[in-house]
Amino acid sequence: MSELHDAYHQAGLAPGDEEEINVRYRVLGYVVGLALAILLTATSFFVAGTDLVWQPSIPVAIVVLAIAQMGVHLVFFLHITTGPDNTNNVMALAFGVLIVCLLVFGSIWVMINMNQNMMPIPMDKMLQMQP
Amino acid sequence: MAAGTFAQAHTLPLVGLEDAVHEGPASKRIITGYGFWIFLLSDIVMFSCFFAAYAVLLGQTAGGPTGAQLFNLPNVAIETACLLLSSFFCGMASVAAEIRSHRWFQIWMAVTCVLGLAFLAIEFHEFADLVARGAGPSRSAFLSAFFALVGCHGLHVSAGVLWLLTMMAQVFAKGFRADIQRRFLCFALFWHALDIIWVGVFSVVYLLGSAA
Repeated sequence: MSELHDAYHQAGLAPGDEEEINVRYRVLGYVVGLALAILLTATSFFVAGTDLVWQPSIPVAIVVLAIAQMGVHLVFFLHITTGPDNTNNVMALAFGVLIVCLLVFGSIWVMINMNQNMMPIPMDKMLQMQP
Repeated sequence: MAAGTFAQAHTLPLVGLEDAVHEGPASKRIITGYGFWIFLLSDIVMFSCFFAAYAVLLGQTAGGPTGAQLFNLPNVAIETACLLLSSFFCGMASVAAEIRSHRWFQIWMAVTCVLGLAFLAIEFHEFADLVARGAGPSRSAFLSAFFALVGCHGLHVSAGVLWLLTMMAQVFAKGFRADIQRRFLCFALFWHALDIIWVGVFSVVYLLGSAA
């Protein structure tokens, strides 16, 4: 059976694949991923509800923990690695991350600027503006 | 002896992996996985639009309830646990599919399915509760963005559960054929990707949303 899988896998790796068909090794990978994910999630929920850390740092901490956990999921569950046979998957991921960052941070940046530079319109004026 | 030579013949190209990579076109499994990965990334880009809308509209409550008044964080923690564990058991099902164990594949897929359904039940209950308290999607821009983002993720999970059941049926009826294995690879990628999006949802929507 392992011969079959050797032949099956020698051509390269898809996302979701790993090099070896060693059951214990593969299960261990998922267990490590689950343990790291639980640790990061628990830290995230703890930080959100605690008074023990400096309050302004909490949003940054939550975002950093979320990005770390996404990385854990990518490596241990989706098996996106930096191996030479994973280059295409990593390049596609890098492009996806670029677009996501442009969209999210661009939107927030533009809208914060707009909120700061626009005068608030009083409610009665707004009603008059309607046709 | 025969087995030994077979193993040797097939381990030798793996030693020079850089050379082996450039030999001929990639296998169908690689190409299918890559194509599905591109789809998943475009799905994540779509979700990022909903995330951007939510981040921008977080303060626009129109005098209505804010996130801090609405969100029930212990509930969210249970939802997160359901989805995280279902992702893990989906991984177990992947291992079972790889060693072609019918029994373990069906057991782990069933566990994955139950955890996914538990997640959906909790989320549906949360939505029904919000609407009953007058905090439906039409109450404010903030709540519209909330229901659009979290509801879109919930729809993805619902579609994933249906796909999961068809995968169980396909493996049961047709066995671990190469094409079924490829479909299962795509399903596993989809299910794990939903978990990644949920990490963004519970961090940005619930934790940051109830802090703001």
